[in-house]
Amino acid sequence: MRAKAKLYPKEAARLLREKPGVREAVTGATLHFDRNRLKAYAEVPIAEWRERAKAIKDHALSHLDQYLELAEKRLKENGVQVHYAEEPKDAHRLLREIVERRGVKRAVKAKSMLTEELGVNPLLASLGVEVYETDLGEYLIQLLGEPPSHIVGPAIHLSLKEIQTLFHERFGTPLDASPEALAQVARKVLREAFLTAELGISGANFLVAETGTLALMENEGNIRLSTSLPKVHVAFVGIEKLLPRFQDLALFLPLTARAATGQRLSTFVSLIQGPARKGEEGPEEVHVVLVDHGRTALLADPEAWETLRCLRCGACLNACPVYRQTGGHPYGYVYSGPIGAVLDPGLLSLEEAYPLPYASTLCGACLEACPVKIPIPKLLLTWRHRAVAEGLSPAWERAMLAAYRRVMESPALYRLFSKALRGLPLPQDLLPLLRAWTEGRGPLKPSPKPFHQLWREMEEGHGR
Amino acid sequence: MRVALFITCLADQFFAEAGVAAVRLLRALGVEVDFPEGQTCCGQPAFNAGYWEEARPLARRTLEVFREADYVVLPSGSCASMVKNHYPELLPGSQKALDLAERTYELSAFLVGVLGVEKLGEGLKGKRIAYHHGCHALRELGVREEPLLLLKGAGAELVPWEAAEECCGFGGLFSVKLPEVSLAMADRKVATLPQAEVLTSTDAGCLLHLAGRLAKKGVGLKVAPLATLLWEAYAG
Repeated sequence: MRAKAKLYPKEAARLLREKPGVREAVTGATLHFDRNRLKAYAEVPIAEWRERAKAIKDHALSHLDQYLELAEKRLKENGVQVHYAEEPKDAHRLLREIVERRGVKRAVKAKSMLTEELGVNPLLASLGVEVYETDLGEYLIQLLGEPPSHIVGPAIHLSLKEIQTLFHERFGTPLDASPEALAQVARKVLREAFLTAELGISGANFLVAETGTLALMENEGNIRLSTSLPKVHVAFVGIEKLLPRFQDLALFLPLTARAATGQRLSTFVSLIQGPARKGEEGPEEVHVVLVDHGRTALLADPEAWETLRCLRCGACLNACPVYRQTGGHPYGYVYSGPIGAVLDPGLLSLEEAYPLPYASTLCGACLEACPVKIPIPKLLLTWRHRAVAEGLSPAWERAMLAAYRRVMESPALYRLFSKALRGLPLPQDLLPLLRAWTEGRGPLKPSPKPFHQLWREMEEGHGR
Repeated sequence: MRVALFITCLADQFFAEAGVAAVRLLRALGVEVDFPEGQTCCGQPAFNAGYWEEARPLARRTLEVFREADYVVLPSGSCASMVKNHYPELLPGSQKALDLAERTYELSAFLVGVLGVEKLGEGLKGKRIAYHHGCHALRELGVREEPLLLLKGAGAELVPWEAAEECCGFGGLFSVKLPEVSLAMADRKVATLPQAEVLTSTDAGCLLHLAGRLAKKGVGLKVAPLATLLWEAYAG
């Protein structure tokens, strides 16, 4: 996916202006998920769970080379073909080879953010392969030609009315069709696709090194069908998804479900151990593609590597009051919300993703929600500090902050500024900023006298 | 016990009466209060925006100005958190920063935690108050119950507010870097506001932002800093 993160401020403003319904839909859905998360967290010793999960991920990340080697060995023993993709082009090469060799005309896809990163859909389309997203939300946005708006709920920004209209236009369903009726229509189309596709593509929530097990969580059953019906299954797995031991799943599966949707466990969990053996039904070929795409570099970054603990549960998006106003589209890259704001600069570059670390008030709700305690506010500050050091911030802002420092370094100048605020002309540097403020909030009304003046008057009154 | 008041620049300029209220209240409770006049801004706007070079001299100035106080008390959770949590990050290895962090308190946390006061008086009897939890007070300092305890103790009725713990959208420079998103966030706070007589919070920034938005929307709700109400609680 091509990043458009630089446009974030403009796109966020445009969306709020032109599509107020998105704000309503996203706020409603995220508040719902966030409340469910809080309830689900409260049922378990969550502090301990989070601490353990953090420790296991940190261990896996700091021994990643060993676990990658072990995973590769185990996967191969299980009959899985293992590949490494440093860049999207490596993944493309592999897919092209499979499409040609197996004569793939149709592919079914289980929801995967990583395949968005890699641009799998456009690649397959260019090879003449018909691609079906099979997660209902993902299928909706595929019909609309839109990218996902949320890591877990890709169509979170759509209202029922918009979906009814979409299905009316595509499939001739009544404009007031019930959600169940709409789901039935999608189910019919997708069942046909599952049964006829030559290729199934998925991501993975976890890859267990000890046993070479792919773990996939879902609620609709489409992932199970996508990975078991077609003769070829290709799973794209970010290298940060490794877990050391099989028993770690006992913590990570319920923790992720609780964080993401407030469920105790997702409705379906698939544990995939390789292609079908003799007498079994299932894919003849299973490929696991271990994807880097910027992750090794991020892991080597002493101030930003913790971002890689991310489980892609979306809890921080649900908790974020900034994300709630716009959904994910204005962020301009696969990962949006708080985690996107710290992951995207690491995966792309800070220059590409500049405005994203500023898409936060540092309110800290994301850190409170994160199941693996990624210090998102601290990471936001780190990226901001780097942005300033690299000269990426706008000229007006640098001038403003330089003026601010001059004033605040000197109590005498500060007092002068205090007078200026109450009548004297203000310095030019401040004016655009004041306009941005007053447009939505009316004029600033300073107290008649600043406190430091009232203090003197009080003290004189005390006769000191 | 010598307490130095750190008024913070926003309260100094926009909620001066909160400073007067804080001084009166602390003195009434038998605390010796001083106001070191060399103080300016804690540096948070610069630090949060990534301008650490601009923030450092201001942090050092603050360390100097308050080096002699037993306690530093601020009518602001956000600036208190800057001193307590972020000065040690901004000035790594500085013993003075760690030392100041130890001695620094947001006003209500100081009253409850250090002075052990839970009941100031009954001056807020029957008053319907909506309390906005400033994010840094709530999540960085862990100040959640103290303001509520003091307000309730003075007879106030705290009206339940669905969005009481949600960010108001101020966020310092955020409010001017992303003005539309900032206003949309304020609008959610305003839209969910229950019937109340006063809206209060520890932070001048949140209050300035919310008061502006309320006025713009024609909602006639009084906005007052927590310090002002706490003095009212005491003095009636």
